[in-house]
Amino acid sequence: MEDIFTIANKNFNSRLIVGTGKYKNFKETANAVKASGADIVTVAVRRVNILDKDQPLLMDYLDPKSITYLPNTAGCYSSKEALRTLRLARDMGGWRLVKLEVLGDKKTLYPNMIETIKSTEVLVKEGFEVMVYCSDDLIMTKKLEDIGACAIMPLGSPIGSGIGIQNKTNITLIKEQSSVPVIVDAGVGTASDATIAMELGCDGVLLNTAIAEANNPVLMAEAMKYAVIAGRKAFKAGRMKKRKYGSASSPQGNLI
Amino acid sequence: MNNLNVAKIQLNGDPYKINAGTNLDKLLNKLKIQKNKVAIEVNGEIVEKNKYQNLILNKGDKVEIVNFIGGG
Repeated sequence: MEDIFTIANKNFNSRLIVGTGKYKNFKETANAVKASGADIVTVAVRRVNILDKDQPLLMDYLDPKSITYLPNTAGCYSSKEALRTLRLARDMGGWRLVKLEVLGDKKTLYPNMIETIKSTEVLVKEGFEVMVYCSDDLIMTKKLEDIGACAIMPLGSPIGSGIGIQNKTNITLIKEQSSVPVIVDAGVGTASDATIAMELGCDGVLLNTAIAEANNPVLMAEAMKYAVIAGRKAFKAGRMKKRKYGSASSPQGNLI
Repeated sequence: MNNLNVAKIQLNGDPYKINAGTNLDKLLNKLKIQKNKVAIEVNGEIVEKNKYQNLILNKGDKVEIVNFIGGG
């Protein structure tokens, strides 16, 4: 059964989006991305290292022609910084689909929603397709959708924390009220967290550290691939009703 | 080379000397950077790739050359 994942009118096979940070080297990054089956990878925009001309480039390991680059604004704490970063990203190769992330607190990396909303408005006007990292606040996510975000990406818990989805109710409510894709971004620590996100009905999961900081990143990448598929299928299948007491699985009649 | 032929610019936050009359294409050649893998800002303004050849750098210009790196 086909189950296409559509963001901003573009179709993708995998509902897993992976980050490309924190890996030992680009070879490991490329191997993990391949094992994850992701069609979209997030990338950061930074100064070129002028002194080391032989430094390898991410693009030499992950071909932007065969995988969708999703430029992010990680490390930006103001709308101004975020806009500058994404405009540069667009110039690099015409990327219009971007991930906006405006942080508000260095310790928790919690998003600054006021700056995030301001930035989304400007980016949408400039023709960007904006996937927005945000708090799991359904008033904020509604606002983001109203002003043109193409995907809502609430955190499950703080970036890099690996403690999973802390407020399942909010994630469910956000999904219910949204008509654009909802992607849990941040907080996933292991495969079951990704499955939970999908079982809640989310359209996708975005993660980085859970793979990059696993003892075996490539194996964890593969685990995440199946975790997202499992959660999606379980959601579509529709889970059984929960009961308070036992209910035998074998027929009760004709016992010997 | 006398000082008239050299211009001091700021490149990615650090002082950098170029020959007077250097355009962005020449700068990238010197740095061995492929233009399709980067974006460039001069004094806070993004320069479109088709304008690299015509943009002659001047003394004191602030140049930022960025590329994509791994990120989450």
